[in-house]
Amino acid sequence: MATASAITAEREHYLNADYGFRSWLLTTDHKRIALLYLITITFFFFVGGFFALLIRLELLTPQGDLVQADTYNKLFSMHGQVMIFFFLLPAVPAVLGNFLVPMMIGAKDLAFPRINLLSWYLFIIGGGLMLYTMLTGGVDTGWTFYVPLSTAYLGTHVVLAAVSIFIAGFSSILTGLNFIVTIHRMRAPGMTWGRMPLFLWSNYATSIIQVLGTPVLAITLALVGLERMFHLGVFNPQLGGDPLLFQHLFWFYSHPAVYIMILPGMGVVSEIIPCFSRKRVFGYEFVALASIGIAVLGFLVWAHHMFVAGISVYSAMVFSFFSYLVAVPSAIKVFNWTATMYKGKIYYSTPMLYAMGFIGLFTMGGMTGLFLASLGVDVHVTDTYFIVAHFHYIMVGGMVMAYLAGMHFWWPKITGRMYPESWGKLAAMTIFIGFNLTFFPQFILGWTGMPRRYHAYTPEFQVLNVLSTAGSTVLAVGYLLPMVYFLWSLRYGKEAGDNPWGAAGLEWKTASPPPTYNFEETPVVTWEAYNYDDLPKEVPVVG
Amino acid sequence: MEKVISAKLYFTVWAILMCLTAATAALSYVNMGALSPVVALLIATVKGSLVVLFFMHAKYIDVKTTVLVIVAGFFWLSILLLMTMTDYITRAWS
Ligand SMILES: [Cu+2]
Repeated sequence: MATASAITAEREHYLNADYGFRSWLLTTDHKRIALLYLITITFFFFVGGFFALLIRLELLTPQGDLVQADTYNKLFSMHGQVMIFFFLLPAVPAVLGNFLVPMMIGAKDLAFPRINLLSWYLFIIGGGLMLYTMLTGGVDTGWTFYVPLSTAYLGTHVVLAAVSIFIAGFSSILTGLNFIVTIHRMRAPGMTWGRMPLFLWSNYATSIIQVLGTPVLAITLALVGLERMFHLGVFNPQLGGDPLLFQHLFWFYSHPAVYIMILPGMGVVSEIIPCFSRKRVFGYEFVALASIGIAVLGFLVWAHHMFVAGISVYSAMVFSFFSYLVAVPSAIKVFNWTATMYKGKIYYSTPMLYAMGFIGLFTMGGMTGLFLASLGVDVHVTDTYFIVAHFHYIMVGGMVMAYLAGMHFWWPKITGRMYPESWGKLAAMTIFIGFNLTFFPQFILGWTGMPRRYHAYTPEFQVLNVLSTAGSTVLAVGYLLPMVYFLWSLRYGKEAGDNPWGAAGLEWKTASPPPTYNFEETPVVTWEAYNYDDLPKEVPVVG
Repeated sequence: MEKVISAKLYFTVWAILMCLTAATAALSYVNMGALSPVVALLIATVKGSLVVLFFMHAKYIDVKTTVLVIVAGFFWLSILLLMTMTDYITRAWS
């Protein structure tokens, strides 16, 4: 029959609509830009991970025998700068957010498609400068650029690293701006604020922080550069400046930056938990408003990074109080996710395993954060491995878990293919075990007094350090697995179909991979988000 | 919607900004004691307002969301200043 060839002919979608480098490098399609970001941040993730493995290898023995002290300083500095500014900050917003924000509200693209592409180019320029910094000798300021160390004492590429982060910061601002305008102006008919998926609420809250916080970091780094090059006295006391002013300005951005990293991850988890519990999300309004609450309260706590730096004790009490308070909206989310699972029909698919891992590990990271909000305990553990363990539980145990959860959940939508489920579960388990083996010993190390940022330590700490290093190799294997099977699935994965998870949400109502303009016709929304009560109780792909 | 603004107005504003910059530079050579930072900040505030009002079109808006953006911006700036001041006014300077 004549129609047979028409049926088997490949349907046009965003991946095959156009071919060639030019069609990718000049694309304004939010889905293609998401993939450009995906490739870039995956590269930086493995660069940062490489530094991490060298750090752990050095710490296998108490003596500083693998690298010299100066090299070690560079390793942890560049690990931090690469992971924070070139992986964690853009991970969920620039990859999953870019792909999903327009689809979830039923729009054809973001409000400013060309600004979206510009943001990727800025990211590439910033990232290229960071690579150049690393290849020409690196930087050893820590990720925090503390003055007057950075402006008066170090001979490394401080200005270059600062400029690279300055530029990457603008890419972050532009993404945030784009999301805010898109969510305000481009929602499909019927997509009211009260019907928006929680992923959008959390990305909206993230965007507020990106737009209002990042400029302060940019100004601060510019002042560091000016003081270093032209001896402008802003921060260095010898020039009449105040070093604590730097810390105030730096942490005004950099504490909320933690929420730029974690909030979108929370959004991912809010999508996955209801889908694999086959239940409406518990307390939608509270989870949505908790995101906004975190965005605002997150700006009132920054000086908890400065409790031992010589700030006023009265001021410290105020910041300590707000640091306790900011835990409330996060706790609301954790309780609501748990309540969503309660009496649900739970499927332990790969995204769900990661999401559940997120809840547990994020809770541990958050609870130890409360230890640090308390003034007395903070003095005891500041600059020890307790801090390192705490923020890795949030950043890696929380954020990277959520990112991987989201990558597995939306991979069928992004590529049209399923990843191999049993390998997915194996990797999720490996990562969970490897993560805890790496970082739990660091809580004990810190509590018993091992300081951070040294390449040598006293021998009694060795056993726990060996455990931690062993864990990091398990973790590395766990991260390589998805790399391999995601690539494998591009060619050999099962066809996913439009909605393999039987999920609610507009992005599942169009083809996989989606057509260039996302929907054949603009959808009209007449239902609440997460209407799983009206959907089949089975997850189709599992059966 | 947005009004079209003549290029002439932009150049006028730009010229005023340049004059104020020159004024700041010139005044930095005059020792006014404690008044020096006050005067410098006043001039800077005027310049900032000119940029927001004319170059960022805040003077001509009738869209509520734009007002919201400006209010949010100042609110966040006030967080930065006030919370930092909790340290500076109560710190033990010795
Ligand atoms: Cu903090």
